[in-house]
Amino acid sequence: MTEEFLRLERIHKSFVGVQALKGVDFTLRQGEIHCLVGENGSGKSTLIKIISGVLQPDSGQITVEGQRVDRLGSAATTARGIQVIYQDLSLFPNLTVAENIALSAVKERGSGMVNWREVRSIARAAMDRIQVDLDLDAEVGELPIGRQQMVAICRSLTRDLKLLILDEPTASLPRHDIDSLLAVVRDLKAHGIAVLFVSHKLNEVFAVAERITILRDGERVATLPPGELDDDKLVSLMTGRTLNRQRFSFSDAGARKVLEVRGLSRRNSFEDVSFDLRAGEIVALTGLIGSGRTELALALFGISPAERGEVRVDGSPVRIASVQDAVAAGIAYVPENRLVQGLVMKLSVTENLSAAVLDRLRGRFGLVDPARKEAMAVEWIQALDIKVSDPAVAVQTLSGGNQQRVVIAKWLAAGPKVLILDGPTVGVDVMAKGAIHSFVRDLALRGMAVLLITDEVPEAVSNASRILIMHAGRIREEIATAGAQVEQVQRLVEARA
Amino acid sequence: MLRGLLRHNETYLVLLILALCAGITLANPAFLTFENVAGFLKSCSMVGIMAVGALFVLVLAGSPDVSFTAIAQVVEYAIAIATLRWGGNIYVAILAAASMGVLMGLVNGVIIHSFRVPTIIVTIATFNIYFGMLYVITAGKLINVVHPMFREFGHALLFPQTSKIGGTYGLSLMPLVWLAVVVVAWFILRRTFLGRSVFAIGGNEIAAERMGVNTLRTRLFVFGFVGLLSGVAAVVHLSIVQSVVPNIIVGKELEVIAAVVLGGASVFGGKGTLTGTVLGVLLFAILNNGLTLLDFSSYWYNVAIGVVITVAITNSAYQQLRREKARVHVKVEAR
Repeated sequence: MTEEFLRLERIHKSFVGVQALKGVDFTLRQGEIHCLVGENGSGKSTLIKIISGVLQPDSGQITVEGQRVDRLGSAATTARGIQVIYQDLSLFPNLTVAENIALSAVKERGSGMVNWREVRSIARAAMDRIQVDLDLDAEVGELPIGRQQMVAICRSLTRDLKLLILDEPTASLPRHDIDSLLAVVRDLKAHGIAVLFVSHKLNEVFAVAERITILRDGERVATLPPGELDDDKLVSLMTGRTLNRQRFSFSDAGARKVLEVRGLSRRNSFEDVSFDLRAGEIVALTGLIGSGRTELALALFGISPAERGEVRVDGSPVRIASVQDAVAAGIAYVPENRLVQGLVMKLSVTENLSAAVLDRLRGRFGLVDPARKEAMAVEWIQALDIKVSDPAVAVQTLSGGNQQRVVIAKWLAAGPKVLILDGPTVGVDVMAKGAIHSFVRDLALRGMAVLLITDEVPEAVSNASRILIMHAGRIREEIATAGAQVEQVQRLVEARA
Repeated sequence: MLRGLLRHNETYLVLLILALCAGITLANPAFLTFENVAGFLKSCSMVGIMAVGALFVLVLAGSPDVSFTAIAQVVEYAIAIATLRWGGNIYVAILAAASMGVLMGLVNGVIIHSFRVPTIIVTIATFNIYFGMLYVITAGKLINVVHPMFREFGHALLFPQTSKIGGTYGLSLMPLVWLAVVVVAWFILRRTFLGRSVFAIGGNEIAAERMGVNTLRTRLFVFGFVGLLSGVAAVVHLSIVQSVVPNIIVGKELEVIAAVVLGGASVFGGKGTLTGTVLGVLLFAILNNGLTLLDFSSYWYNVAIGVVITVAITNSAYQQLRREKARVHVKVEAR
């Protein structure tokens, strides 16, 4: 068993009223590749800030290489061989590769002078250690993100390095860059350098991590080798729920019909489309590219209006010839990835909740009435049980779960009757996917009628009560998901191709 | 080699200057004479010295300082009065002017650092305070007689020659002061960690802080240095004109900033070179001198400067835009 490099015991840390870390224990061995995972707000950022000396814990004990450390200031941690590469990489885009790598080493030497030959040799030496080859004179801002990351790693190697913390290193990397990053990480390990990954994109990290520590709501839930974890187990450990595998069920067949579509047609796009959507129901719309599913959604939202047919919202017929018509009728359309990105982190809960409905909060002279705005915020905070001391605090101070409730409240307050989601989970990782699914279900549970457009049959099967399969502009199949097998639905989608 | 040269803004400036010189010389051969060149080098040395300061601020902040002309104006007036009253020599005068400039520059630095206000806003304010106070205190009175040391300093010539009409001409000391300023500035920017910190903060201030750069000290240095150069520029100007008109230097600030931007300094911060800055100043000086030699109205100079600024700034912005597009955006998670 290799020796321990770092030991944290019973670390507590709180910010204005929020307990970010509640007695976390954490250990890291020398030369170990360790992965730290958790949802937003689980405390992983706080933990690495404590390890890197940016923050001081309120209580608890830190031991580095067997020595008890009372205070880990930024400079002191660097001296102990601990360095962090933040997600933004902290590079200087206007300076060359050589200078970016060597500048902090030059500073450390303390003469106050810069010798350019020395700058180049420091940079060259760092690159040689991990066998990367970069143009020393290239401007860093001109490099692709994967190479920039290599520059950041080389920079950390110019000092005596024992632990490298990588904050979300793979978040914005293309596949082949992830592979070369992981190769470098293995190389670092071979040099006896420990690497702590902070990530929620997990598949790649599983490939190299020796142990994985999971945080949830400021507590360490588990530390396990990757062999004992799979996606399902990880998700349940991170969220404390197993929501992902539970199917959405909708049994209220008597709920009011919010959307009725009859014989809707648009030349060369879709033909004679009819379906209903009830309050609180999630209906999936799927089909291959070119089947007309996206065109149908765009027609319902008035972007490319239908030519024939009828649409009723809440029983009364509406004519949708433009986006304004659709919005007035209570239909909202949300393209890829936009669903949960709806918060302005630095603004207050009140501001965020009211942003989309300001025109309904007008008072005298048509100006927004602050009292009504406040009242509306308080109402939603109570309705959704959002844990916040004061509606005037910035959203970023809330925990992840409460932030999500603010988004839900914002959508509910804006009050569309029908929500059309186009590929809400395209390109997101398994964790974020689960969060989006639970979010959509939560909206439905509160009475929203949701039309979910998706390419992924498993997503449709587990999150919708019915699936409409489109092919060549027509709805060819309508399946109730209760009891349906993913494989069977998949076959139906493809059989029609 | 050629491709390397073509990547540099300076190459284009040199080509432009050469073309301009050739064109003017063809129209009026008097342009390319020692007398004329020495003359316009002298007349642009004040702008040249100020431009070095403006470069430091643009690199650091990506937002220009506009108060340096007001500082120079106040210093010029104060030094003219003080030397008349107490005498002294040119070295003492330069030292006093520089010190006074440093103090006034530091005020900018302290406000900008403490309140994180954009440089241009703060310096518009201090510009008005300094310039306004000057008028309040002096009632805008001209000073027609200054201490003879300025005349001596301003008229001293290297390589003196006698012109056809009997006057003497030669290389003034003023461009040499400018040259000395450029050399010192080059050493600071290129060879000291302080200078690299200016670039680092201009490129990514958060990263600079994480690296342990003292941003307060760097900022104070830059604004103090700008003040110092304003003081030196004031003495240079006083030595050339040997009188004080209290609104003669103010108004030059935009021309100075334009020359720096033309020289390749980015209006987004973090980028700029001394070579480019010197070339930018020279280009404007040649343009001015050429238009005069070719009997154009001096208003054409304003038009020409305006056109050049527009082209330079839009080009700088366009390059930035192109780079941003090429770069993959990193989504930063909140908290």
